[in-house]
Amino acid sequence: MLNLPVRTKMQTVGLLYVALLSAAQIIVVLFRPEGFWDRPDFWGGFLELRLYTDNLTLVLLLSIGIVVLTAVLVTWQTVTESKQRMNFINLSLISLIGMNGTVLLTDIFSLYIFLEITAVSAFILIASHRGLNALEGAFKYIILSALATVLMLGAIAALLLYSGDTSFASVSEAVKNNKDNIIVISAIGMFICGLFIKGGLVPFHGWLPAAYSAAPAAVSVLLAGIVTKVAGIYVLIRLVTDVFGPNASINSILLIVGTVSIVIGALAALWQSDFKKVLAYSSISQVGYIVLGLGCGTPLGIAGAVFHLFNHSIFKSLLFVNSAAVEQQTGSTDMNKMGGLGAKMPFSNATSLIATFSAAGIPPAAGFWSKLIIIIALWQNSHYAYASIAIIVGVITLAYLLAIQRKVFFGILPDELKNVKEAGMWIVLPAVALAVIIVGIGIFFPLLFNSFLVPVDSFFK
Amino acid sequence: MVINTILLIVLVISALWTVMTPRLPRSAMGLAITSAVLSIIMFRLSSPLAAVFELSICAGLISAIFISIISLMPRITAKDRDIRQKEHFHKYWLLPVIIAMAAIALNLLHLPANFNLPAQPVENDVRIILWNSRHLDLLGQIVILLAGAFGVAILFKERKNG
Repeated sequence: MLNLPVRTKMQTVGLLYVALLSAAQIIVVLFRPEGFWDRPDFWGGFLELRLYTDNLTLVLLLSIGIVVLTAVLVTWQTVTESKQRMNFINLSLISLIGMNGTVLLTDIFSLYIFLEITAVSAFILIASHRGLNALEGAFKYIILSALATVLMLGAIAALLLYSGDTSFASVSEAVKNNKDNIIVISAIGMFICGLFIKGGLVPFHGWLPAAYSAAPAAVSVLLAGIVTKVAGIYVLIRLVTDVFGPNASINSILLIVGTVSIVIGALAALWQSDFKKVLAYSSISQVGYIVLGLGCGTPLGIAGAVFHLFNHSIFKSLLFVNSAAVEQQTGSTDMNKMGGLGAKMPFSNATSLIATFSAAGIPPAAGFWSKLIIIIALWQNSHYAYASIAIIVGVITLAYLLAIQRKVFFGILPDELKNVKEAGMWIVLPAVALAVIIVGIGIFFPLLFNSFLVPVDSFFK
Repeated sequence: MVINTILLIVLVISALWTVMTPRLPRSAMGLAITSAVLSIIMFRLSSPLAAVFELSICAGLISAIFISIISLMPRITAKDRDIRQKEHFHKYWLLPVIIAMAAIALNLLHLPANFNLPAQPVENDVRIILWNSRHLDLLGQIVILLAGAFGVAILFKERKNG
């Protein structure tokens, strides 16, 4: 409908529509109208979809709603050309379908299809930005995604041999009954490798820095904030806990890959001079924390992983919104050309500081609690080395994120940036809202613990 | 048996065409034909679920490939194209020979015609598979195709304008 010839008139309506849709998603998750998620007639009537909601799904639906709403508002401010705006509206809607489908489904093959919807919309979103870097980012994403596709499809085909069906329940049963079967073990390994690629974990992270840094501002928010979290990390959490079941070998692999990602991502971020590249490498490191929590295999570790997934989607979206503000006002993301912007852009400065605290795990930001839970879970499971590395890399995280603050917002303002002003309202507003979420969750965490975090482990029961 | 043999020959020819043609859009078309023929063969081998999956994958894969082709394809002259065609032929001319030799070798091995798979067979009616158990995949495929078509439209326009 949004592509009809009258589309120039539909521009405002279209943007408003996506914004309202994502806002409605947030409201439905937060206030959970009585029986909405459990009405079999509602879900049954709608094409007889086999949808499923639990607390993990609700956390993801909330994150998706918040990040899509943020990206739409940033688009309104940063994309002025009407056709590009319409393209973004269309593609963000398609992406929303893909992501929501992925988190609501209970069939491994349908899950793959909705992962592809998300991936196809992401390719186009990155490539639609004219420029060599954007095309390079899209190309790398396509090639590595194709590899992930081959691995996941091969795994589905192999599992189908033993399950006869692709529903989570059947595959889970087949895995349980064929624990020592080499084909089943290989299939699980292949699927997890495919998800490592989608999630951008080391050593499968080659596509991520190029895609995140070359994409337009709003696309970076969407990609870094939620797309890769849903496509890679959510599916990993869901399958490892719900379908493949508790497994010591899988947990060991997750612990190793998570730790390597934390370290490599953080060290690579230290050496970057481009604002968005620092954030891209930081994403690899932060996703490592999530995988580390998952690798614990305990309810506390997994709850910490899910909580950090939510926190990461919020603080990383905020940091990319800040980079969008800086890019729009200065025309660059090269931090060596910047300095002293804090006085000119106070809201961007303050909110990026809050996001930095959350990413580095400093109280009272929300990220402190999720990292603390992951480290406690590692310690309780006697993974002292992994816990120590996670703590040390927290310091490195603080170092590279404070370097952003120092190079961009503190110091002496260059003459050519004397006339810079604070970014527009539709960038400042979502930035402040995200900062409020980070601080709010951080301060009221003890109250949220029982209602938000503890139920996350409900899917074990 | 005759139909199966014809389908197998079409499958091999279209797969070879996919690899050997030097033009990317034709290669993508070749892949689409290969996938469609493979789906028909799977239906005929009483594996409708595998066939439906193959069709689903084809929809997503072809969309992604078309998008990448259109966004990455440089403009080339007719002369360059002729040179590339010759280079491509020199690179891959051995492929049909290797496939023919492999087919002869497999024929000589007299492999068993029936393999017993561990899973139970499913209902062998494509309508039941598509509409009763895989309707969500159909919905997903439609969205992938729409996204692919939309991407092609965007990138084509950008190329024309650029």
